[in-house]
Amino acid sequence: MKILAIDTSNRPLSVAVLDDATVLAAITVTVHQKHAEYLLPEIERLLAMAELKPTDLDRVVVAAGPGSYTGIRIAVTTAKTLAATLNIDMVAVSSLATLAANVPVEGALVAPIFDARNQNAFAGLYRIKNGVPTAVIADAHTAVADFLAAVNKYGEPVWFLGDAANFNDLIATTISAATPAISPWLNLPQVATIGLLGQKLTPVSDVDRFVPNYLRLTQAEAEWRAKNPEEDTESYVEKI
Amino acid sequence: MSPTEKRNLILAFESSCDETSVAVIEDGHKILSNIVATQIKSHQRFGGVVPEVASRHHIEEVTLCIKDALAEAEVGYDDLDAVAVTYGPGLVGALLIGVTAAKTVAFAHNLPLIPVNHMAGHIYAARYVEPIEFPALALLVSGGHTELVYMPAENQFEIIGETRDDAAGEAYDKVGRVMGVNYPAGKTVDEWAHQGKDTFKFPRAMEKDDNFDFSFSGLKSAFINTTHHADQIGETLSKQDLSASFQQAVVDVLAEKTKHALADYPVHQLILAGGVAANKGLRERLERDLQRNPTTHLVKAPLKLCGDNAAMIGAFAYVAYQHGVFADATLNADPSLEFDWAADSVK
Ligand SMILES: [Zn+2]
Repeated sequence: MKILAIDTSNRPLSVAVLDDATVLAAITVTVHQKHAEYLLPEIERLLAMAELKPTDLDRVVVAAGPGSYTGIRIAVTTAKTLAATLNIDMVAVSSLATLAANVPVEGALVAPIFDARNQNAFAGLYRIKNGVPTAVIADAHTAVADFLAAVNKYGEPVWFLGDAANFNDLIATTISAATPAISPWLNLPQVATIGLLGQKLTPVSDVDRFVPNYLRLTQAEAEWRAKNPEEDTESYVEKI
Repeated sequence: MSPTEKRNLILAFESSCDETSVAVIEDGHKILSNIVATQIKSHQRFGGVVPEVASRHHIEEVTLCIKDALAEAEVGYDDLDAVAVTYGPGLVGALLIGVTAAKTVAFAHNLPLIPVNHMAGHIYAARYVEPIEFPALALLVSGGHTELVYMPAENQFEIIGETRDDAAGEAYDKVGRVMGVNYPAGKTVDEWAHQGKDTFKFPRAMEKDDNFDFSFSGLKSAFINTTHHADQIGETLSKQDLSASFQQAVVDVLAEKTKHALADYPVHQLILAGGVAANKGLRERLERDLQRNPTTHLVKAPLKLCGDNAAMIGAFAYVAYQHGVFADATLNADPSLEFDWAADSVK
């Protein structure tokens, strides 16, 4: 199975090409955040190095959010268009789970965090089971303090990843168990890992209707729904 | 068909604002399909386009539009010669969905990618009426733009005048809101205008100035002051007369500036395009004006193609294709893309 895996959820851009369990090419770049410009050229370059054509692909695996709205849209638009136009499978993985997959310690609790400003974050808690990150606390947009308080209840050592360093003081005062020191490398998505995991996951059933996992309504939408709780919100786009 | 007669097929994308559209165009002038998914109803909830909401709708629609466009045109990827996409101007997040999807399709099927300026697309909606003869002049009027574009030859666009503040369509939406009309207000104001009279004599900005620029903010302020004053003294003004007076002022400014431009730039065709080009008052006025002009004739973009759509993008993409204008996989959205100004214009 030839697999392309992509993640542009935040500043890092990560692309990998795999053939079953063999990683053929993988790259993670953090020097810029110009995903619209660089994602497709990187895919092109890695496939060429792997001596594959787009039509050789069997599956595309995408980190589908949470993260920067523009970032997750670029990855998901690329993935769903590839899947739709080549008629291949698409697998969507949480962008937080993608980070959690960096920890190869069976049974470990992993807490990937994306800074969402003003002491808020996109965060989830995962346990590594049979090598696969399994959600214990579902991904959410949350106050960092609330998330840490919930994590602390487990009373176990927790691997904090991603932007966790932005909240070091709060982590130190909230979490009573040990927090393993990690290599900064583990804070970056390396999609080869989810490319490997993605082979076993069930593909998205309706690629066309698939949207990124924003985990937040737009402000306009949230305010409108608060004022119009009874309205159906499904049918606002129409073909003319 | 012999190989030399092979038809040219372009799959075109448009997502610059609140319409997701994909079309299949044959030889730049025949629409095989033109799928348009509009988000107007969604943005009406907020009284105008909310960019992040627009981006979210585009990603819901884009691959469905591709499938529908190919199915309706009864063609497959192997039949295509190129993929084209609007890369600006527009809302950056919205543009990015079309650009990303178009680039991905081009890459997946090894097709050339044609970057299209949205405004060139609007002008080329007129191509579905008749071939464009050069030199030509275009009056582009939409919610985001009001400009006069001189086209000395194919694939050459020079701005000779543009709005200094609001676009005409924007002004329509603003006065519409004052009269309680939801966005987009153009159609209702146009209808009311035809039922009323120009009784308020709002100011015509820069009608006589020695350039081809437009301004609608003074008109908008005069309109708001008039209605505000009436509110304060408890007087109810006729919406029909207000609309007629507003529209007459807009149309006068657009028509006068265009007349001056035609005097300096003798052309074969005057092309009327853009969302506001669907306005009846404007169409009628330019028809009357151009009847008296023996050298220039008016080409109005078809009503159905005045709003944003991918068919117009495909029409211009065919010209770009002939001129070898292609982009690579690094193509990005350019939200403030615009034509160059004419070298000799008085800016
Ligand atoms: Zn437009």
